[in-house]
Amino acid sequence: MTNNRLHIIIVGSGRLGARLATSLSAEGHFVYVVDKNSDSFLRLGPQFKGHIICGTGIDEDILKEAGVERADVLLALTNGDNTNVMVGQIASKKFKVPRVIARIYDPKREQVFRLLGLETICTTILMSEIVKDAIINGYQIDEEKILKACTLSLLAGEK
Amino acid sequence: MYIIIIGGGKVGYYLTKNLINKDHEILLIEKDKNRYARLSEELTEVVYRGDGCEASTLETIGCSRADMVIAVTGDDEDNLVICQLAKFRFNVPKTIARVNNPRNEDTFKMLGIDTTVSATSIILALLEQEMATPEVIPLLVLQKGKFEIVDVTLGKDSPAVDQAVKNLNMPEDSIILVVVKSKEEVIIPKGETVLHSGDSIIALIRGGNERLFRKVFLGDDKTV
Repeated sequence: MTNNRLHIIIVGSGRLGARLATSLSAEGHFVYVVDKNSDSFLRLGPQFKGHIICGTGIDEDILKEAGVERADVLLALTNGDNTNVMVGQIASKKFKVPRVIARIYDPKREQVFRLLGLETICTTILMSEIVKDAIINGYQIDEEKILKACTLSLLAGEK
Repeated sequence: MYIIIIGGGKVGYYLTKNLINKDHEILLIEKDKNRYARLSEELTEVVYRGDGCEASTLETIGCSRADMVIAVTGDDEDNLVICQLAKFRFNVPKTIARVNNPRNEDTFKMLGIDTTVSATSIILALLEQEMATPEVIPLLVLQKGKFEIVDVTLGKDSPAVDQAVKNLNMPEDSIILVVVKSKEEVIIPKGETVLHSGDSIIALIRGGNERLFRKVFLGDDKTV
């Protein structure tokens, strides 16, 4: 991955969305955050240099305001699985955004939508496996180590 | 038929009651405890308490043997997911989704939902007919959009006024089915039939030719 500045849309300014938005914006990317509740933008903090759009990500007009027609990446990170699934599909199938990731809590639902071609991340599965492994095998949770083991580019030896 | 209805609000409730009387196997799914309690008092085992958006719930209620799944919750995104799960995970032959935002109807069709119903769209179409503004009103979509039956009322500035049907520059594959004259007189036009201001034209056009059709009868080039 080169150091290109990406046009990234993040739908859902919850803890995950806000954290990613701030971090990506700090690295110089053009970040647009969409949330239907304007209070959620408070999570972004003063260092956030991107744009905020108040509205729902399932509304095409809102997505267009966020520049979906030229976006490189769209992350659907609301706390509603169904909203994330719908936003993700609109972004990828209608607007052909090259990279779309949807966070889905329900493992069974995630399975279906992954099969339908949506790139998904299910924190439920990841967390439950990590915690189960730690308690059954007697390891202390060490987040730094877990990150090193999980970060795909580290695993591929790219960093 | 085994029909599953998801969403125990007013639409789901009346739909269920109506379909039970017609001798089908019906199951209404509602996730809210209090609503479920009220519904099951009247409908007893026809209601099931559960979240229709969860694949495990759909599995438990035998979704794979359902003939039809109807999603009528208040949220478009829930209705979308329910129908996609039903269709792609459980192979239900027919899915129907209620769509609140008319803009989402196209999105749902694009994502594989067979039939969408938007009360808003239906009311808007009725309003347009009532207001008789110079618009081409879609009445019926055929063959998944390949053809449309449309209704347009000629204003006095219409380029088609005082023209014979055979002289109109109609787009390819279109035909005027019926002309409703101002006095409620309905005729099947011939080539020599002359159109007048106030006439309502009901025509069959090829999907995609709305703009060309509009130009012939309303004169401007706005997209429908």
